[in-house]
Amino acid sequence: MRSARRKLIFVLITSALWGCAEMGGRMAAKSSTGIPLGSTGPHAVQPLPDRPRFGQPMSEAELAAWNIDIRTPDGRGLPAGQGSVAEGRKVYEAKCVACHGADAKGGPMYGTMVGGIGSFTTNTRVLTPGSMYPYAPILFDYIRRAMPLDRPQTLSADEVYAVSAYLLNLNGLVSADAVMDAARLAQVQMPNRNGFLLDDRPDTRAQRCMTSCK
Amino acid sequence: MARISSRRDFLRKTAALTGGAVAASAAAAPLSVPPSAQEPGRPIPEAMYGMPSKYEAHVARRRSDVLKNRQNWSDWSMTPLQHQPGIITPNGLVFERHHAGTPDIDPAKHRLAIHGMVKQPLAFAMDDLVRYPSVSRFHFHECSGNGLTDWLKPASTTVQQTHGLLSGVLWTGVPAATLLEEAGIDPRGRWALFEGADAAAHARSIRMEKVLDDAIIAYAMNGERLRPENGYPVRLVLPGWEGNTSVKWLRRIKVSDEPWHLRSETARYTDPMPEGKWRQFSMVMECKSVITSPSGGQQLKGPGFYEIAGLAWSGAGRIRAVDVSVDGGRNWREAMVEEPIMDKCLTRFKAGWDWNGAPAVLMSRALDSTGYVQPAVQEIQKARAIAGFVQHHNGIQPWSVNAKGEVRNAIGQA
Repeated sequence: MRSARRKLIFVLITSALWGCAEMGGRMAAKSSTGIPLGSTGPHAVQPLPDRPRFGQPMSEAELAAWNIDIRTPDGRGLPAGQGSVAEGRKVYEAKCVACHGADAKGGPMYGTMVGGIGSFTTNTRVLTPGSMYPYAPILFDYIRRAMPLDRPQTLSADEVYAVSAYLLNLNGLVSADAVMDAARLAQVQMPNRNGFLLDDRPDTRAQRCMTSCK
Repeated sequence: MARISSRRDFLRKTAALTGGAVAASAAAAPLSVPPSAQEPGRPIPEAMYGMPSKYEAHVARRRSDVLKNRQNWSDWSMTPLQHQPGIITPNGLVFERHHAGTPDIDPAKHRLAIHGMVKQPLAFAMDDLVRYPSVSRFHFHECSGNGLTDWLKPASTTVQQTHGLLSGVLWTGVPAATLLEEAGIDPRGRWALFEGADAAAHARSIRMEKVLDDAIIAYAMNGERLRPENGYPVRLVLPGWEGNTSVKWLRRIKVSDEPWHLRSETARYTDPMPEGKWRQFSMVMECKSVITSPSGGQQLKGPGFYEIAGLAWSGAGRIRAVDVSVDGGRNWREAMVEEPIMDKCLTRFKAGWDWNGAPAVLMSRALDSTGYVQPAVQEIQKARAIAGFVQHHNGIQPWSVNAKGEVRNAIGQA
């Protein structure tokens, strides 16, 4: 009993001392995100840097080859270059048709990329770039980052603008003589622009019924 | 305290379902000494990576047998939950979902870049990332499309096919906040793009609030470096959020003041809603559970005792309770929930059941720490449109048992 009390007093004293050490700044051994960097306890702590830094500084220019994202509502990030519907048809027939089929109506691997506009209020929603994308620059972003499947990130900016123009034309959203570039692609009005709602879940109100529930 | 279920609780809850009956077993045959005890086993090799017993070869990931893709790069392969005891999925069984196949990335050449609205763009090499103070956390990982083939009528046979885009993993890595703070986040930087080094360059816009809260830049899973199909050498892990937001093969983080609205967050991973609308940025995987035994495709060995066992999880917090019904949802009993019960993690539940040989319909229903109750599909249908490839299915899963003891998927039938 007495020894238990002595132990308690010892713990209280050492933790009080430890608290002082902490307040005195000896416990700078925590990163700004709260990660403990040193050992804890009432014994000597090795002084440690308060924050390891192993990142290698670099410039945005050095990152250019990776910096491929387009902020699609305003087209920020779209590069220089341009492409026409006619040029896009040529690129498509050389590099896309094998999977997506003639006139983007679907091929051996993937379904149609045309039509579907107006289908969302029916029981069969047809998802295509024309029906689904709220912003036309999504075409540029996605084609550049992921297409063609066997050689992604190899198309030139002109080729990506051209294929975007061709697909928009097949969906009836730009004319057959259209030429797309950064400014014009961002201006194309997509039918599903106002089709999205932000997450508002939970949207169900199930009850915990235990007996005779149905 | 209420989370800790004692053995007495278990017996009480078991008795509630079994009526206390215990079936008598048939007499065992006499035992002979097996060959394994009469000759030495395999010699110990100098070095090797251990593999499961050859008798467990049927325990494997499988692609969906419902939706047959006509290519082999953008598809998924599912965890055999019916064979998983406990809450951790072995690395070779963690589900896969890729958009352009699995890359084979040399960690010595890989770099993770942070740039955009930061004070100083930075590049991190793998051998530097592992020098930071690390965190290890248990979390479930679930694809937003888990269950999309089985909303209104049964299409899948087994729980692997209905729920196998789900795994339990101990992730190890660096808090994303540590690296972003080193780069210095501009106060206007409210979103970050995470992008992979795969051939789809899969990318998602993530709110900075989540990134700074609990995002992990992970390089290890379940005690070893990531598997290639799970993001080797480094990936993002966003606990409780739909799987694809935890971008694999992570190469780039870009800070911005607005989201990007990419294809992967408009044309895909959005939920059809009434009047032709779509719900966007629905990230949290809501509370859900499923009985893994007995489950679809299994065969009961006649009337008697069975342990109903399954998994429950919630992207919004911890599992508070799981209820089990054996009569298609008319009456429910609280199951035993097994420790540990962790935040945004798979949790085991168990309930004894004395099957009397009559047709039965088994269901489970989980509740989480926010008070949310797992809904039936009919409840979800009141709020959303179930049309096409519908994501975020957390509806109650019924399994029917017929008089022959055959267990079948009964979604939409009960």
